[in-house]
Amino acid sequence: MKLDPKIPAGPLAEKWTNHKENMALVSPNNKRKFTILVVGTGLAGASAAASLAELGYNVHTFSILDSARRAHSIAAQGGINAAKNYQNDGDSVYRLFYDTIKGGDYRSREANVYRLAEVSNAIIDQAVAQGVPFGREYGGLLDNRSFGGAQVSRTFYSRGQTGQQLLLGAYQAMMKEVHSGKIKDHQRQEMLDLVLVDGVARGIITRDLVSGEIQKWYGDAVVLCTGGYGNVFYLSTNAKNCNVTAAWRCHKRGAAFANPCFVQIHPTCIPVSGDYQSKLTLMSESLRNDGRVWVPRKKGDKRSPNDIPEEERYYFLEERYPSFGNLVPRDVASRNAKLVTDEGLGVGETGLAVYLDFRDAIKRDGESVIRAKYGNLFDMYLNITDENPYELPMKIFPAVHYTMGGLWVDYNLMSNVPGLFVAGEANFSDHGANRLGASALMQGLSDGYFIIPYTVGDYLAGAKLPKVDTEHEAFSEAAEASKGQLDKLLAVKGKKTIIEFHRELGKILWDKVGITRSKEGLEEAIDEIRALRDQFWKDVRVPGDANYYNKYLEFANRLADYFELAELMALDAIDREESCGSHLRDEFQTEEGEAIRNDKEFAFVSAWEYLGVNGKLETKLHKESLIFEFVEMKQRSYK
Amino acid sequence: MSEMTIHLKIWRQKTNKDAGHFEDYTLPDVNEHMSFLEMLDVLNENLMKEGKDPVEFDHDCREGICGSCNMVINGRAHGPKLKTAACQLHMRTYNDGDTIVIEPPRAAAFPIIKDLVVDRSAFDRIIQAGGYVSVKTGAAPEANLIPVEQDTSNDSFDYATCIGCGACVAACPNSSASLFTGAKLSHLNRLPQGNPERAKRTVAMVQQMEEEGFGDCSNYAECEAVCPVGISISAIAEMRREYVKALF
Repeated sequence: MKLDPKIPAGPLAEKWTNHKENMALVSPNNKRKFTILVVGTGLAGASAAASLAELGYNVHTFSILDSARRAHSIAAQGGINAAKNYQNDGDSVYRLFYDTIKGGDYRSREANVYRLAEVSNAIIDQAVAQGVPFGREYGGLLDNRSFGGAQVSRTFYSRGQTGQQLLLGAYQAMMKEVHSGKIKDHQRQEMLDLVLVDGVARGIITRDLVSGEIQKWYGDAVVLCTGGYGNVFYLSTNAKNCNVTAAWRCHKRGAAFANPCFVQIHPTCIPVSGDYQSKLTLMSESLRNDGRVWVPRKKGDKRSPNDIPEEERYYFLEERYPSFGNLVPRDVASRNAKLVTDEGLGVGETGLAVYLDFRDAIKRDGESVIRAKYGNLFDMYLNITDENPYELPMKIFPAVHYTMGGLWVDYNLMSNVPGLFVAGEANFSDHGANRLGASALMQGLSDGYFIIPYTVGDYLAGAKLPKVDTEHEAFSEAAEASKGQLDKLLAVKGKKTIIEFHRELGKILWDKVGITRSKEGLEEAIDEIRALRDQFWKDVRVPGDANYYNKYLEFANRLADYFELAELMALDAIDREESCGSHLRDEFQTEEGEAIRNDKEFAFVSAWEYLGVNGKLETKLHKESLIFEFVEMKQRSYK
Repeated sequence: MSEMTIHLKIWRQKTNKDAGHFEDYTLPDVNEHMSFLEMLDVLNENLMKEGKDPVEFDHDCREGICGSCNMVINGRAHGPKLKTAACQLHMRTYNDGDTIVIEPPRAAAFPIIKDLVVDRSAFDRIIQAGGYVSVKTGAAPEANLIPVEQDTSNDSFDYATCIGCGACVAACPNSSASLFTGAKLSHLNRLPQGNPERAKRTVAMVQQMEEEGFGDCSNYAECEAVCPVGISISAIAEMRREYVKALF
């Protein structure tokens, strides 16, 4: 396997411009001869599909949901970063780049991250022109708020529904192209395999989730925008249908999977309430602008939080990180919440929660100001927990939220499989070992609007693609394999339900591949994952058949892939003998619990090659060295 | 924490061609903190263990924002709580021994796929007809070039929060999609960015709505009452005004 990141030469600030100027172009008349398959229609997929169609390519889009508007990007609450410097507070492209590289704990590529910061401003322009109603000041100009890991205010927002508004903007741009006929939109279609002809991505296999029919699709390039794999933990803030299947099937066809152990655990989520729990709900990081995080100083303090006097409250983030306070990055906030609950200071029925308190902000600004900023989030909290956050502090706890790892891509967002591009959360490219808040929307739209349309064109202009159609044997082989796996799942006819298996897998990962990891725990996790996977294939009960709508068959098929991915995550976490960003190994931390990176040995992207599963996952590690020419790797400090 | 016994009457329909019927189920140990959909998860776990087919229902984010869920609960789209999607409904709303009737949203333009799952692609086609601002990627001017009054922007946002669930259609005696269509028009038409295509957009979307087989609006206002995000019926009044203006 050859991993060439293809980073353009030249000074950091000129790489993308120079690269674009040197790309091969496809003439307008030739664009209509190419067909591009875009899989997944969230922010990255919808924006890529719309932009490619506008250029004149024939685009097919595929979504597992009944409409592109429902993709999980819609749930992003807080905002989107851009280096506009509208606040005159010293922001710049370089500073956004620097914060993102530092926030990722120096485990991402300089060139990619710089480009992300560079195109960030164009995303805001595009969204505003589409009619995305961002928050505005009285004068009618755009407003900003602050987010974790930055000392400037650069986050654009639409109340607590920024993801919804940006997705609807991209969705509407996509619908416009469906109307024009350049996009054929296929809903309720799940990608089950990638089709390679002579080692090049030339199509996909899907299942029509209504009719159950296995279908073959031909394309000159495949753009995978299928999101992250946080649902491997069962409980996460991801929507129920988010899954790794499309990405994992590409991995099994040869695409390298990068940094699988980098999983973001978000500090502010509503805690688990019972064993029936099906998912976790995020409370936006923006709340940490005004909310103060604390626990009682005394163990087992059962008083109502409002009865606990100031001096008996431990504002652990403010005390431990005076310069960033409650706005430390997500990994730091989550780890500290775990530390205080491990010490027995946690609150609530389970002891697995900390307070996020708005008392002081309400006293300072008045309830109406807080309501205007966060009203919908407070309503959501009240609705779920039956407690009023205007009167009592919120109870929050970390939950799995985002996966920085994903399919390996080069600077052009192409995987090591020619013709297979990967965008948005599905790739590994920009966030290193930890993603900063309000950067996921930025990356999804940067990839889709401003990178993919250029790099896919460059590929198509240079690729020699012999004529192929779905009659080619590679299509029937892949279709048979997809059908075979469904039949195999249905044939088990065991006793345990899919959700029972998924919960157990999630618990292994949360306990041993979660906020903190140790070699010993990871080795145990691998044994447990293998044993549970064997049991799954012997004892799972999948209802119904494959010939019509069958949601639980979809879930079972996705869980089969999670069982393989879970092992890879643990292997990656064992291999990375350092702590960085979201990955904290017990063996590599300071006495105060801060991460100790090992830049000499681990400044690389781990890219795993799939070799097979035979009781255990057979896999091979490749390393892409990370070279820092423009920033100095420093020990990250938010003190 | 108390456990309740809940009786369910759920619409079961194998395919679009099947006649469909209600089936009765009883759940003996429902926790008050469960969400409504988690209660259905538990029912499905029980059914699958008994070797029976689970109840199919659309769901995804379970945070009230994706608009996937839209079942009709005791005759009301999304259930009894104001401005609350079915996924955000919690069992503490109910009492021990209650019977809950669950149906799909019923409308000619939303054909049933299976059980509670319906085809809402008509909504996508209404948006395709004109629910956008035509601005190609890369063609946008600097974002702060055109100031938008804060009130205008806030009003636009309020209409833009529509989650496309279709509760408005399910609740309307005419199965009208006027609230959905009006919300998108009211979002885009009042912004300076949406102004150039205002008349064309209004006519195209209204015509598409009619072509899809949705009924007209007779001011029942049931749509506003069930809307999980509280879209105001003023959207429909605006749509009518804009439509008339656009024709002349």
